Amino acid sequence: MNTFDPRPHDSAHLHVTGEAKYIDDIPAPANVLHLAFGLSNAPSGAIKNINLDAVRTAPGVVAVLTAQDLKFETDTSPSNHDEPLLATDMVHFVGQPIFLVIATSHWMARKAARLGHITITPHPPILTIEQALASNSYIEKTPRVYEKGNCAAALGSAPHRLTGQIHIGGQEHFYLEGQVAMAWPQENGDMHIFSSTQHPTEIQHKVAEAIGSSMASVRVETRRMGGGFGGKESQGNALAVACAVAAHHVNQPCKFRYDRDDDMIITGKRHDFRIDYEVGYDNEGHVVAVSFCHYVRCGWSMDLSLPVADRAMLHADNAYHIPVLRVESHRLQTNTCSATAFRGFGGPQGMLGIERVMDHIAHALGLDPVIVRTRNYYPNPRHNKELGTTHYGMPVTDFVLDDMTDHLLEKSCYTTRRRAIDEWNSNNPIIRRGIAFSPVKFGISFTLTHLNQAGALVHVYQDGSIHLNHGGTEMGQGLFQKVAHVAAYEFGVSIDRIKITATDTGKVPNTSATAASSGSDLNGMAVKVACEQIRKRMAKHLAELYQVPTHDIKFLNDKVQVGKDDISFAKAAQLSWTGRVNLSANGFYKTPELHWDRIDGKGQPFYYFAYGCAVTEVAIDTLTGENRILRTDILHDVGASLNPAIDIGQIEGGFVQGAGWLTTEELVWDDDGRLCTHAPSTYKIPACSDRPDTFNVDLWQNKNRKDTIYRSKAVGEPPLMLGISAFLALSHAISSYKTCYPDLQAPATAEAVWRSLRSAETP
Amino acid sequence: MDISFLLNGETVDIENVEKTTTLLDWLRREKGYTGTKEGCNEGDCGACTVIVSDVSHHKTFNSCILFLPQVHGKAVRTVEGISGPKGQMHPVQSAMITHHGSQCGFCTPGFITSLACAHLNADRNYDDILAGNLCRCTGYAPIIRAAQAVSNEPIPMWMWESKAPHVTKQIELPQSANELARWYINHPKGTIIGGATDVGLWVTKQLRELDDIAFLHQCDDLQNIELTNKGLEIGAAVTMDRVGEALSSRHPAYSELIRRYGSQQVRNAATIGGNIANGSPIGDNPPPLIALGATLRLRKGNTRREMPIENFFIEYGQQDRAPGEFLEAIIIPDQTDRLRVYKLSKRFDQDISAVCGAFNIQIHDSVVSDARIAFGGLAGIPKRATTMEKSLINQPWTKETITNAMPSIAIDFSPLTDMRASAEYRLHTAQNMLMRVWLEDQKACTSVLDVTA
Repeated sequence: MNTFDPRPHDSAHLHVTGEAKYIDDIPAPANVLHLAFGLSNAPSGAIKNINLDAVRTAPGVVAVLTAQDLKFETDTSPSNHDEPLLATDMVHFVGQPIFLVIATSHWMARKAARLGHITITPHPPILTIEQALASNSYIEKTPRVYEKGNCAAALGSAPHRLTGQIHIGGQEHFYLEGQVAMAWPQENGDMHIFSSTQHPTEIQHKVAEAIGSSMASVRVETRRMGGGFGGKESQGNALAVACAVAAHHVNQPCKFRYDRDDDMIITGKRHDFRIDYEVGYDNEGHVVAVSFCHYVRCGWSMDLSLPVADRAMLHADNAYHIPVLRVESHRLQTNTCSATAFRGFGGPQGMLGIERVMDHIAHALGLDPVIVRTRNYYPNPRHNKELGTTHYGMPVTDFVLDDMTDHLLEKSCYTTRRRAIDEWNSNNPIIRRGIAFSPVKFGISFTLTHLNQAGALVHVYQDGSIHLNHGGTEMGQGLFQKVAHVAAYEFGVSIDRIKITATDTGKVPNTSATAASSGSDLNGMAVKVACEQIRKRMAKHLAELYQVPTHDIKFLNDKVQVGKDDISFAKAAQLSWTGRVNLSANGFYKTPELHWDRIDGKGQPFYYFAYGCAVTEVAIDTLTGENRILRTDILHDVGASLNPAIDIGQIEGGFVQGAGWLTTEELVWDDDGRLCTHAPSTYKIPACSDRPDTFNVDLWQNKNRKDTIYRSKAVGEPPLMLGISAFLALSHAISSYKTCYPDLQAPATAEAVWRSLRSAETP
Repeated sequence: MDISFLLNGETVDIENVEKTTTLLDWLRREKGYTGTKEGCNEGDCGACTVIVSDVSHHKTFNSCILFLPQVHGKAVRTVEGISGPKGQMHPVQSAMITHHGSQCGFCTPGFITSLACAHLNADRNYDDILAGNLCRCTGYAPIIRAAQAVSNEPIPMWMWESKAPHVTKQIELPQSANELARWYINHPKGTIIGGATDVGLWVTKQLRELDDIAFLHQCDDLQNIELTNKGLEIGAAVTMDRVGEALSSRHPAYSELIRRYGSQQVRNAATIGGNIANGSPIGDNPPPLIALGATLRLRKGNTRREMPIENFFIEYGQQDRAPGEFLEAIIIPDQTDRLRVYKLSKRFDQDISAVCGAFNIQIHDSVVSDARIAFGGLAGIPKRATTMEKSLINQPWTKETITNAMPSIAIDFSPLTDMRASAEYRLHTAQNMLMRVWLEDQKACTSVLDVTA
């Protein structure tokens, strides 16, 4: 059920030859200067004195700026105006920028930035969730509560109850291309910015403020990012603003890229969570009620923490129709880098909470966890008359996981393998195996309703070539190629006729971040709207010219059928031009049906849900906790695929990234608030051999019930959460070792697995 | 210093190079070859991978920590030189397109150079070849599919034009151990650079300025591996890829450790001498070398002395090495192989050990006749577990003996907690490693690397 061919990524031929240009590869003007931040060494305190003499006299230094030197509002926050570009009187985390070096080379800027003498009167830092709770340190003062039914009462009358707690570590994005921006001052104080960003409009907005100008005077261009994953939704603001401010100051182009260690120290990461749960259930494993308490470590500023924490609450049900559900969410402020967007945006943490509960119940009842899961699934409208409704009041009208689950369990031989694993485990004292199934139901749309809009700009030139532009950004996810498929289809031309162009705030204004998996849904539709307008104008003109009815004009196979005749698309374009037809159009789309009250926790925040499920097998070493994924089978729902190759790529990559989050990727801060894992030498994303030995990915053949672009579904974020199956499989392997519930904490590093094994040992 | 090398088949002469300019920086800033990427600037991500060839070998290197003098007289091939002169795609490039091996594309040039080098060398151990190339988008599966699809394709003609030019050696660099010895006497505070996999980071991360530098790569007599009457003698400047090969039949467990040491790019550059002489408590060579009873030969001027390797490490940051004295060779005595080495890290590949345990336990008639056990990661230096050794020697090789000996680890070591592991975990896993030695002798399945679904 694919709409289009599995074409490679639009830039694949440029990637493999090294010709694809990233920001740092763009030839800079000869007089370009380079920037570096001087950073805070203290996690919390008042700035007493800043002595930059050595910095100013260091070789190559052109100028050094502190907060006092900034003429205009230089805030870099995407939400709350609480992130000054350079610290003013207080510092809030180790790595907070205090001064900005402008120098003639990247190396000289970096060297000089280490020569500052900053005296800080230290305050006791608040680093952990527990410390923040003890200090009543909140980003959002009131905890949010979403509740369906009366949880306390329902728990009280449940036949069985369990409580538990899981700590879930954060995650570094580790986009291979670090944060980078370049500002090129233009005449009349205008600024042209090149930025590796998922959100050019926000960069434009922040830069305009910072140089005391208007958005119309600032143009932001982004051809591609070397990975984003949410880490370039707001975290590029500081670099672009710094470039603009510096460029404005010295009236020369300025470029800024973080060295990898700085990048990891300064920029935000996935939020770490503590989730406390209490569940009531019956003998068959039907959940009667669940109460969750989410404790969210937001870091020093608000950034995107509120919608992240909201989305975690909205995914506390995952695939399960829980009669009574309560989620309480505490958004805690800490002296650590400000946690930010990361693929899944809180959804993964919320989902892991309920999956942990399902596992815990299964363990307590001695049931296969798949049975407990499927017994609690939302009803599938195809098999049931009654619709399920989420804890935020949204009916689930497209549930398909029951059918998908049956299919995947059979295809992956789950039952047979589980039996074989039990047998292996009873015969092998050292190496134990585990297998687990986990489902994903992920809500698609920005929960901030007004962000669900997109624009496009399409030109047809007189030679029949087509210029495509839209507000989405390309970070590797294949958005540009998917949207080019749409334009080609609408004009009935070969995709080779479509010229993909860089995202540019001068072409399409007021765009939303390319985030929330929404890229192809929103921009695909906007492009379709633009193309339709041009096509209709062309058809109308050709109909008049050839004296045929408009409905006899067909755009197909790189040709235009005009009645019984064919003309080439190029000819059609040329005739339209000479006929003075407007061959340029903008398209606009806004997602329908959305309404959401985030305080009340009621409404329809999502247009639809994307579904997926995975079965993963692992092995653990009970001597050391070392562990490995042996096999993963995935069935994922992308609706009618816009490009099955790109979609499968998102699923494979998303799974490995999700599994990495829950296994080897451990962020460690010391007691002074310093991030100890600030480079790939100490922070371990999955390497090549960490992918599953056997890795089967299939697409569920199912059109989206909602009227999305050609009935496809969003695919960016949902597959990440398939990685939860790896975590649960580890838990299963551990549970073979002793009788009590494993209580595995995330990430399940070798040490965490070992710890869980030990806590399970009978004294 | 003036240097000369081939870059994608064309001769490059550079005058007055700064000795610590990295090849990556030169390629990107001076040459405008921006296909080679900076991902981490410390040799851990592989986005900057290039192929460096001499007359007989083609190897991959991380150009971010490869200094320009190190490529003098070599042939360098970057991603720009993987396609043919008329723009023809290399089979690896075509396959990466058709198998959807790139998404964001930033790591891709590094994968292309690693895979093209492997293709040139007919090497198909892709998990090892690519352990030093991180990709955050694809999950690696399509990259492996691409590599496998073209493993039998013929090598394009232009890839053979990588032979190093026959230029004279760079005379400002030491040409022999004798020259190095003289230089070091005169520059006792100077820095000796083997592969620069450690010193590279002094420059790229600590931003240190290094004035007096001696590179070892032209000292051929420090790069020999030979059998002597004392055992296997390995020159201090032998790179880890060669150490791994040399030990594969003598001590397979050591060789397997080296398979997981750094990455292909790192092993091609890093020297065994550097790994020992920098005195790191977490270097992976010292524990097995201590367990094997290896000796070090140090040299100052024309004076040489030998010592058991464990005596070299005095305490954290301090080694038994005088100013102007350098490590010349490592000698591993001949013996029946009983070596077991276990590397424990968060990730299997390309990770620094939390604990590295090496066990050389000789058994005669079911009784422990000798035991040499050493650990890295448990103390400020790599160190023998003397109490554990004593509690094994002359005991029957039974589970009971092991169980009794295990707690002695806490007498031998008081490890620290850091970002790699807690002290408690280090102690427990270290003692469990002893149990693993015994279990392996019982032919039990003890490694997750040995099982499949």
